[in-house]
Amino acid sequence: MSDVYEALQKIVGEDYVSNRAEERYFYGRDPGLMPPHEPDYVVMPKTTEEVQEIIKLANREKVPVTPKGGGLALTGLVIPLKGGIVMDMKRMDRILEVNEKARYVVVEAGVTHGALKSYLQKHHPHLRHSIPDSPPIATIVANAVIHGQGRLSQQHGFNSDMVSGLEVVLPTGELCRIGSCSVSSYWFSKGAPLPDLSGLFLGWFGTTGIITKLGMKLYPCKKIRDVMLFLTDKAELVSEVIRKLAHTEMVEDIVVTAQPIPLRFKGNFYILLYITGDSEEEIEFKKKMAWEALMVYFKSRDGGFVSVTPDVKPSFLAMPSKDTTRFADVSKGGGFEYSGPIAPIDKYPAYLEKLEELASKYKLFYSSAARVIDGGHSMMFSFSYTFNRANPDEMKRAKVALDEAAEFALEEDGVIWKPNINEQQMVMERMDPNTLMLMKKVKQLLDPNGIMNPGNWEVK
Amino acid sequence: MQQKDYAGQIHRCFRCGYCKFPTDYSSFNCPSYRRFRFDSYSTGGRLWLIYAWLKGEIEWSEHFAEILYTCTTCKNCTEQCPMKFAPDIVDWIVGARSDMVEKGKIPPRVARFFEAVYGYGNPFKQLRSDRAAWANGTKKYAAGDEYLLYVGCLGSYDENGQKMARSLVDILNASGISFGILGEEEECCGNEIYMLGETGLFQNLVEKNCQKFKELGVRKIVTLSPHAYNTMKNNYPAFGGSFELCHYTQLLNDLIEKNKIKPSRAKAKVTYHDPCFLGRYNNIYDEPRQILQSIPGIELVEMERNRRDAFCCGGGSGNFVTDLLAGSADSPARVRAREAYETGADTLAVACPSCLTMLTDAVKAEDLDDKLAVKDISQILEELLSAK
Repeated sequence: MSDVYEALQKIVGEDYVSNRAEERYFYGRDPGLMPPHEPDYVVMPKTTEEVQEIIKLANREKVPVTPKGGGLALTGLVIPLKGGIVMDMKRMDRILEVNEKARYVVVEAGVTHGALKSYLQKHHPHLRHSIPDSPPIATIVANAVIHGQGRLSQQHGFNSDMVSGLEVVLPTGELCRIGSCSVSSYWFSKGAPLPDLSGLFLGWFGTTGIITKLGMKLYPCKKIRDVMLFLTDKAELVSEVIRKLAHTEMVEDIVVTAQPIPLRFKGNFYILLYITGDSEEEIEFKKKMAWEALMVYFKSRDGGFVSVTPDVKPSFLAMPSKDTTRFADVSKGGGFEYSGPIAPIDKYPAYLEKLEELASKYKLFYSSAARVIDGGHSMMFSFSYTFNRANPDEMKRAKVALDEAAEFALEEDGVIWKPNINEQQMVMERMDPNTLMLMKKVKQLLDPNGIMNPGNWEVK
Repeated sequence: MQQKDYAGQIHRCFRCGYCKFPTDYSSFNCPSYRRFRFDSYSTGGRLWLIYAWLKGEIEWSEHFAEILYTCTTCKNCTEQCPMKFAPDIVDWIVGARSDMVEKGKIPPRVARFFEAVYGYGNPFKQLRSDRAAWANGTKKYAAGDEYLLYVGCLGSYDENGQKMARSLVDILNASGISFGILGEEEECCGNEIYMLGETGLFQNLVEKNCQKFKELGVRKIVTLSPHAYNTMKNNYPAFGGSFELCHYTQLLNDLIEKNKIKPSRAKAKVTYHDPCFLGRYNNIYDEPRQILQSIPGIELVEMERNRRDAFCCGGGSGNFVTDLLAGSADSPARVRAREAYETGADTLAVACPSCLTMLTDAVKAEDLDDKLAVKDISQILEELLSAK
């Protein structure tokens, strides 16, 4: 194995490869609750060519490779279950192109959401991308690979739906372009009008290749952005509120939050509506439309709009939301994890009831943020529980609660988002057998030596 | 000081990574992460590794110690961490270092730093009798002087620091205020010793300094270095230190406002680098800029990362001597030198002897020394007073 280390040094330079205990420790775990497993090596390539060389080496030596971005999925997707190489992509950090008219950006695999946000604000202030609420170190590519959602998902779907092209190093080392960029110098489409091969890589957690470049659609960045807050204490109304708001096609982003503390939050559902416009008139019109859509609840006294005071507005408008991250310190323990099924919006009351039931059963702090996706076609509902990393018993309880939440979500017709390896098996057990067989064939075809992030999406 | 409780708190880090960034997320603002790029060198990495060490999940190693000591304690993480414990992060790291010191498990370069201060009273192993060699007849502090000018180890022994000290002395002389230095009686301020975790030696130095200040009846101290300013401001009172304190940029700004010094016209485009121990530690951002803006003919331009988002030069926590972040184009000082050059400035102004040395060397390494002059604010001002 020392030969592998030396070979990696030759490829990336000695400063950017480690087999030392400290890096192996850190890269062997994530902030969630999945058990750790250490890599043998951590390597940080700078170029696509270096990625290719590493993959070729890994094939020769039959060494597993796990690509890693920000490492914030929380479900262990970048824990190298069978050791080998963790490939930290964050040195590939160039923003290669912004096409103003076709409205897309091409980035290398390590570009973070934070860096792209900052870059667009400075150089293309009328354009924006869909920023997730994960911390800014989350990378564009990894977020797309796990079908992440962001602040534009209500209007435009999953962040992976916004991909406009890929460059991929296949598990056997060949370089491949996907979408319009495979025949044109423009990265405007990941598929149409060609066969859409992006599905071979998006959602596969790096098990079918390593994305080295990605095109992402950009959207208008309106001059004004504001937030409205609709409050109801009736969970059963939430899905209809969402449907009515989505119907207006006036709302950029809709998030429903539920949490038991501070006490004023308990039993209430805060529906945050984000409105954008290029003029006050546009904003006022959109607000009026949203207001009128929900007037029925005001009249029936089932809910109403609440004033968003200036002291809290900045935190609601922040992208990414630091409040999401702060949940990890609620129990002063440095941990939270969530099971986040993608589900029809009418499942909201059932999921909420389960969230509270599990929190009570396992004595955990909970929180939920449900993000509406693609005009209300679905939502991501998070069963979030905090835990204290210095309290093994609480960690165990949180893990059991999350396992039960995932099981429940599946029973209730949801599909688990970024599932951990156990949840992947739960999903595949329910999957149509022919779909499962197709997945197996795809994997075997692309990764004959089984080196790519082994253990994930492993069809048994 | 939260150091003692660090073991009971350090698990609270979620390793979310906000600590790596400046406020606008435009780049990486943690000097050691920027230099090495393994997550283990970020604040989150460091805190997780310390916790692993405390739990016995990793053994001590020289590499682990280096990871801990490549933190420059610049406080960018404190600024950016979204959690309630953010103000305590540096204390946690210092606490872990203190434990390492007690166990005798520190990097050799840090050990040599301590040995030099134990043996010579400075990290350079220079003779105490040479501590005032720079001073060129500057009078020693005597009862009745308004200010004690505390020069510090870099001002006393480092070539760049000495130039800076001489410039400041000339300006103060020109202003007519009464002041004096301690000369060979001056002790190390202890700021770096504290940050490196040698609490016993730190206490000894502070007590000696406080005793000396008391004996001499010192009521006002002006420091050359932000590092000395920081520890005297924030640590000395707990040891009985009782005096008015200012950094020299505060004093010079005051003298300019009162018309006691009046710089002549210059022609320069200047960018200013905020020292961590002046800015993030003590919220002094305006006075150095006001001095530069008071000089006719100087155009002040900002680097992308400035004020609370300023990128550390890499010299803090004794790294101006231990140099654990050196050896690469990604070394913080070289990154900062390039950032300064990108502003189009012809002069990079600093207000700290450590920054002066780090950035002077970096500008040379970047082959920019004929395009970008690195000068301390005292040097810039002194040249213009001389020209008057």
